[in-house]
Amino acid sequence: MSKIITDRRSFLKSTTAAAALVGMPAIVRAQGASRPIKIGLLAPLTGVIAAGGKELVEGFEMYWEQVGKKVGDRAVEIVIEDDASNPDTSLQKARRLVEQGNVDFLFGNILANTGLAVANYVKGTGTPYFIPVIAADDLTQRTRIPNVIRVAGYTASQTARPLADWAYKQGYRKVATISQDYTFGHEQCGGFAQMFTELGGKITQQFWHPLNTADFSPYLGQLANLGVDAVFAMETGADATRFIQQYASFGLKGRIPLMGAMNATDQSVIRTMSNEAEGIVSCAHFAEGSKEPATVKFVADYEKRYQKLPSIYGFSHYSGAMWVAEALKTIKGNVEDRPLFLKTVLATELKDSPLGKTVKLDAYGNPIYDVSIRKVEKRADGKLWNVPITSYPQVSQFWKYDPETYMKQPPYSRDFQGIKS
Amino acid sequence: MSALFTSPLRIFWLALLACGMLAPLFLPTYYVSVATQILIFAVLAMSVDVLAGFAGRTPLCHGAIFGTSTYVVLYCAAHAGLPLPLAMLLGVLAATVLAAVFGLLAVRTSGVYFLLLTLALGLIVWGVCLRWTQVTGGENGLRGQLRAQVGLSSRELYAAVLFVVAIVTFAMWRFVRSPFGLTLRGVKDGESRMSSLGYNVPLHLIIAFTASGYFAGIAGALYAVFNDFVSPSTVQLSQSVSGLLMAIVGGIGTLFGAFVGAFLIIALEQAVSMFTERWLMVLGLTFIGIMIFAPEGVLGKARLIMAARKLQK
Repeated sequence: MSKIITDRRSFLKSTTAAAALVGMPAIVRAQGASRPIKIGLLAPLTGVIAAGGKELVEGFEMYWEQVGKKVGDRAVEIVIEDDASNPDTSLQKARRLVEQGNVDFLFGNILANTGLAVANYVKGTGTPYFIPVIAADDLTQRTRIPNVIRVAGYTASQTARPLADWAYKQGYRKVATISQDYTFGHEQCGGFAQMFTELGGKITQQFWHPLNTADFSPYLGQLANLGVDAVFAMETGADATRFIQQYASFGLKGRIPLMGAMNATDQSVIRTMSNEAEGIVSCAHFAEGSKEPATVKFVADYEKRYQKLPSIYGFSHYSGAMWVAEALKTIKGNVEDRPLFLKTVLATELKDSPLGKTVKLDAYGNPIYDVSIRKVEKRADGKLWNVPITSYPQVSQFWKYDPETYMKQPPYSRDFQGIKS
Repeated sequence: MSALFTSPLRIFWLALLACGMLAPLFLPTYYVSVATQILIFAVLAMSVDVLAGFAGRTPLCHGAIFGTSTYVVLYCAAHAGLPLPLAMLLGVLAATVLAAVFGLLAVRTSGVYFLLLTLALGLIVWGVCLRWTQVTGGENGLRGQLRAQVGLSSRELYAAVLFVVAIVTFAMWRFVRSPFGLTLRGVKDGESRMSSLGYNVPLHLIIAFTASGYFAGIAGALYAVFNDFVSPSTVQLSQSVSGLLMAIVGGIGTLFGAFVGAFLIIALEQAVSMFTERWLMVLGLTFIGIMIFAPEGVLGKARLIMAARKLQK
């Protein structure tokens, strides 16, 4: 922590100097080669998702420490700002990083609304902005902004589709969904529901509950009596913990199979849980329990460094940093040439990521992954983790649809779930 | 009354105003945006002060009224394709109508009940913004490029906001010093006395509430252009609280204290969060300090000191 503070002090000093130079941006630019590359990292260090924000910073810093905080011969300087899990604060901090801190590009954010606010801002400034966690579908679909790229991230509906396919293959025909009532939930459930019904399955009922629901009993009571083959739960953070616990204590665990969106069984959730989370199946591009040597190494390094298994936040920002660093290496650190930089990031194929497989971006700035169906299992030492059971190769945000045709359908919402009857 | 506006104070304010106007000429664009924000929030705080400081009714729904205007402006300009001036007009209108409705519901109560009722009304707005996804965008909010639409740079926007804020401030100042404003003060000091004198107290309060909502709506419309973005966090309780806090820190019943309050809170937030993640704690301690040592607010305290000096002379 003290390191961050030092960073901020030096940041203040350097920005005072920079403030003195604002009249002469041309001179600052001309000194480019010797100047460090400056990255603005926006992370929710306070507010509802503060725990995730901390892991985001950890993953990001871990990568840059491993490579000695430099790209080629150019040093890298990271300025961290707290977005307070609030879109207005996030926007304000993004403004500060871009206009006062003169960062070369922005990185980070967790909550979709904070990311959308910053994306809307950089649409005007042209600052490159990388979002390894912000999953809002339309940022790489209908309302794409060229300088916003989802390196090492995913769209909300992307990984729900293979899970629906897997569920159908298990013989499930009737599924109910339960989800937090906001866009991220609508999109994940939409991906699942559309895929599942197109295959011939039936979505019996969809429950939408407010964020921070303490008591799930009204929903669990109904779920128990619907006569469904399985339940798909889209929960994040504390809601996920509570839902999984209550699902087990209501005796539904083992009776009705539970499938989760990737964030429902993310390390940030299951780290503190025990038996009740075991056996939940989810779908994600990253599985910390994978046998892939690159993943094993990353997980071991992360565990050694931070005494815990990496969550999606840590993983995404580690890989996202790597992705951008690879692109910067290709262009020899010439971050000043924005069009070239963005083009190179889009064209970069990430080879050495913790996934162990080459990942590339589609034409819309969203990665195409080999996606794993994962099951929560106990490791030898009793810690829970997600172990891959099967995998779907080359899953794009558009699944097998034609992008143009796909984007003609409305975005997923509570009212549009793409359900085929 | 006019003793409070003796020439040294007036000169002080004029000097400060001049500094405020000149600031953007010397500062980098980021500070310009902070200054713009301060001006906008000062108007919100003044609108709270009109009720809290002059009519003796402390509202907790002005963030919601402010945000309603922001929502309407962004929806009309960015989604319904209306021209920006018309959208802003509609935003202010929506805020005014909302305030009138809230006023009708709330003015019969006072004290804690007024506080709670306005809090509940504000929460309704927040709930609607959060759940009415088709129109408000739910949790994700609404986005637009309003500033780019009218082609304003951040410095030009600052100048425009300054111009509007100057007019609005003058209007509010006239409002609270008018015979109507004096009646409001009478209501604050002795409600039963005013009604026994034959004043229609509820009507006065409804009008004051509506006017205050109108001013908050103007601030909200400016905020829409400044921020290009609105989400439920703009209408949530903390927004109402920060408006009230700015009014309190500056000095309840001083009107112009709102500028001091807005400046202190926003500038502190900016400065402290640069050094520590625990900036909220530092802010909290500062407010406690102000409440202990200057419960009448910064400007209120300054005026008291000035008045005491004058007495000594």
